[in-house]
Amino acid sequence: MQEKSDIAQKRARSPFLLGLRDGIPIGLGYFAVAFSLGIIAKKAGLTAFAGFICSLLTRASAGEYGAYSLISAEATFAELALMCVITNLRYLLMGASLTQKFAPDTPQWKRILVACCITDEVFGISIAYKGYLAPSYTYGAMLIAGVLWAAGTASGIIAGGALPANIVSALSVALYGMFIAIIIPPAKKDKAVLAAVLTGFILSWLCSALPLTSGINSGTRTIILTIAISAAAALLRPVSTKPGTFGPKGMQ
Amino acid sequence: MEKTHLIIYLAITIAVTNIIRIIPVTLIRKHIENQFIRSFLYYVPYVTLAVMTFPAIMEATGSPLAGALAFVIGIAGAWLGLGLLPEALLCCIVVLVAEFLL
Repeated sequence: MQEKSDIAQKRARSPFLLGLRDGIPIGLGYFAVAFSLGIIAKKAGLTAFAGFICSLLTRASAGEYGAYSLISAEATFAELALMCVITNLRYLLMGASLTQKFAPDTPQWKRILVACCITDEVFGISIAYKGYLAPSYTYGAMLIAGVLWAAGTASGIIAGGALPANIVSALSVALYGMFIAIIIPPAKKDKAVLAAVLTGFILSWLCSALPLTSGINSGTRTIILTIAISAAAALLRPVSTKPGTFGPKGMQ
Repeated sequence: MEKTHLIIYLAITIAVTNIIRIIPVTLIRKHIENQFIRSFLYYVPYVTLAVMTFPAIMEATGSPLAGALAFVIGIAGAWLGLGLLPEALLCCIVVLVAEFLL
């Protein structure tokens, strides 16, 4: 029995339109979250226009929070650059995963453009795309998500704390809802993924609670846990190396 | 702060973030044959999203309990086959209602 999303994907005449559709929940979540980002950006001295452009071209939640905070504190250029590297380092791993998702004949400029679209959520849905990734799917999603992210930042700069706290609280969970929607279906199909995901939940919680590890920057913790758990899973349950397959032997 | 100073700050932020994104696609252009690396890259997305979801979902909401509820109910919804948008809406509604009741 096929998943509804498989059927939707097969019926979609245009991966771009499908990307636009799947980008809507991302965009809505981004708009709300970017509102609070705008408040910090304002403190760093950005106008609504500067905030819009910077957010549109950066599209990194943790990265921008860190950046605007450092800018407010008038950090050195080197400190800012280093912070950007560390908080966004997981994009390196995500980009690496995506390289295996492209059809062999995908031109290099399209791969670069898709890579520029990487955010946690857009990466998530691009990885979840059935079969080889159609670049226009990612473009569609990033078009709507990116514009709403930038608009949210600008709105936050203009309106500050105008959005009621309970609405912001409810909307900020939209992004996590999407993460869950991305990781649970594959976990259902592949028990090794389920084990890796559960391990991720448990270790992530332990690391944030235990005094030994809670002091570590959360971006760094994410990378360390990702590398450790993924490596363990890769050793315990390797996947097929046949071109065009995206999982364990026998799974498409 | 001088305007040029701010523009340089923003330029650094934009440039560094996007360079990090494109490094892998410029270095890795072919199908990877090595079973360990291929397997590693297969698990990376699910592990990284899982690690980023919990316990952060409890810190994003006004009340951690509301976040925890959204987490559990969200997983149930996704297990039963909810798509992206319905799932996001479900979690939002759970938080709204939970924070209203708590």
